[in-house]
Amino acid sequence: MASNNCERFEEEVLNYRFVIPLGLIALVAVLPVFVPWAKIVLTLAFAKGLAVLGIIVLLRAGQVSFGHALYFGVAAYASAFLGRQFAGGELISMLLVGLLVSGALSIVVGLFVVRYRGIFFGMLNLAFSMILYSVLEKFYHLTGGSDGMQVARPTVLGLSLERDNFEVLLFYGTVLAAISAGFAVHKFLRSPIGQIYQAIATNETRLEYLGVSARNTLLTGYVISAVLCGLGGSIMAVAQGIVTPEYTWWIRSGEFVFIAVLGGSGSVGGAFIGAITYELVRTYAAAFAADIWQMVLGFFLLGIILYASRGLYGLYDDLLKPLDLKLARSRGAGK
Amino acid sequence: MNIQLIALAFFDGVAYAALVFMVAVGLTLIFGVMRILNVAHGSFYAIGAYFTVSVGGAIFAAGYSHWLAFPLMMVTAALVGVVIGGPIERFLLKRIYAKEDVLQLLVTFAVFMIFEDVQRLIWGAQPYFDSSALTLMGNIEVLGISYTAYQLLFLPIVAVAVLIGLRLFLRKTLAGKLVQAVTEDREMATAIGIDADKVFLITFVIGAALAGFGGALASATTSVVPGMGADMIVLSFAVAATAGLGQVEGAAVAALLIGLGRSFAVYLMPELSVLVPYLIMLAVLLLRPEGLFGKQQLRKI
Repeated sequence: MASNNCERFEEEVLNYRFVIPLGLIALVAVLPVFVPWAKIVLTLAFAKGLAVLGIIVLLRAGQVSFGHALYFGVAAYASAFLGRQFAGGELISMLLVGLLVSGALSIVVGLFVVRYRGIFFGMLNLAFSMILYSVLEKFYHLTGGSDGMQVARPTVLGLSLERDNFEVLLFYGTVLAAISAGFAVHKFLRSPIGQIYQAIATNETRLEYLGVSARNTLLTGYVISAVLCGLGGSIMAVAQGIVTPEYTWWIRSGEFVFIAVLGGSGSVGGAFIGAITYELVRTYAAAFAADIWQMVLGFFLLGIILYASRGLYGLYDDLLKPLDLKLARSRGAGK
Repeated sequence: MNIQLIALAFFDGVAYAALVFMVAVGLTLIFGVMRILNVAHGSFYAIGAYFTVSVGGAIFAAGYSHWLAFPLMMVTAALVGVVIGGPIERFLLKRIYAKEDVLQLLVTFAVFMIFEDVQRLIWGAQPYFDSSALTLMGNIEVLGISYTAYQLLFLPIVAVAVLIGLRLFLRKTLAGKLVQAVTEDREMATAIGIDADKVFLITFVIGAALAGFGGALASATTSVVPGMGADMIVLSFAVAATAGLGQVEGAAVAALLIGLGRSFAVYLMPELSVLVPYLIMLAVLLLRPEGLFGKQQLRKI
């Protein structure tokens, strides 16, 4: 009876807890109808959110990659090349090729880097991303160097759309992709395989004694995280209409980790809350304080780490705690 | 490749290695003691360079001797260490030692972002150049090549002096021994009454000063531009990781390896020259996962 009560209580709390996020998603989804410029900003935010989702998978295992812009960039360039090859290209195939290339590369690089943990893991990823960055910058006859490559607006399932319609479609497509990817990652991290990642973070040696290969598990997570970054990168390439080596720059990798912590390290919802907040702060800071937008973001990050290390999602959680208690008390009184 | 080109590549590499070593050794020292990978280290380097160039320019414009460039470098290093490094450790890093590695790294990343804009606000986006120190020392002729004495002799000598100085400090002085004790086992060191807080502060100030000194030395050989800190931090990460994080002497060897590798690549395959440091690092870590001089960590079960 007591457990039943507990379950019901949990259900109720969870229900009202989900009301606000669902409302926010709805708000984000209709916002572009009223504020047209928000469309592209939010598309970029969700594209980055997808990449941050990848970072979160690795964070669950206690590993931080300071080079995941590698997969973001490689997918973006793969899409751009495909688009150039077929004069315009098709959106679906451009996204697919991004996923394929980032996934394939992550298996090769992953086999090497999953042998390392902690700082070395982060550093090696950084090194690989810097290698791609230099290649993109140096081989300018292929990649356009630091000027990058234009990405023409692709057709969607054979239809060539007007710019405005295309952006609307891309926005809702990205939101849909983000929600389904978020849901899938949430399920994955709660599955038995997902639970192993926490064990990698806390005590890997014990895990090995149980007969589970930490390396193989981490490799799976690594490929998943790379593919998510790849999807984000391809979307960003199409949305921005240009790819530059800056996609793979280490600061961009740092940005992903930054957003993950800002949103609330380790929570799927946090990835997108963080990405949207980050992108909005960045856009506003760049518009109103062009000289100091990095500084604004830096102080923002310091504030979060020092005073709210569970991130924005953690703040939300704390805000609702008194409500939880009140609800529990009123239930107790009612009995 | 004839003998002169080889010599030229060699000289370039040694001069470059000396500069990278200066930054990387500070980074690795801080990591060894505090277990923090300090991304803001690149900012210390850039600020050192900017400060030397702009203050030096003002001094020379006022008609004072160009020889003041050398004492100025020492002053810059001390200022970067004490005025910038000190407060950062005391008021910021001190509050996050109990937090996860990820957050510690991100705090230094945030500091780096803030300093990027601070530099742009103070010094703008235009390049600065002042080679007083370089021209004062003149050129010397080796194997029929005329090369600047500053890069060929002064930089390597300073780097070796810093290495020996650090070694003596760590092995022979009481303060250095305390630093080593905290590096080895922080809990034990605190238990026998060593003030770990003070050791952390001293280490960070020395590390930051070394980065600032590296920037001051570099400012005579290259133009000071935005973004130089970002480039340097990634490179000195590579050097520190190749050596094995926390290895002071190893950083010298790794800096030479990477410096020479890079400068020979400039002559042999210029397009790949930027890649060479990372390729060296990957090759070393493939064979020795803990770095050239790193020790295998004990695993807790």
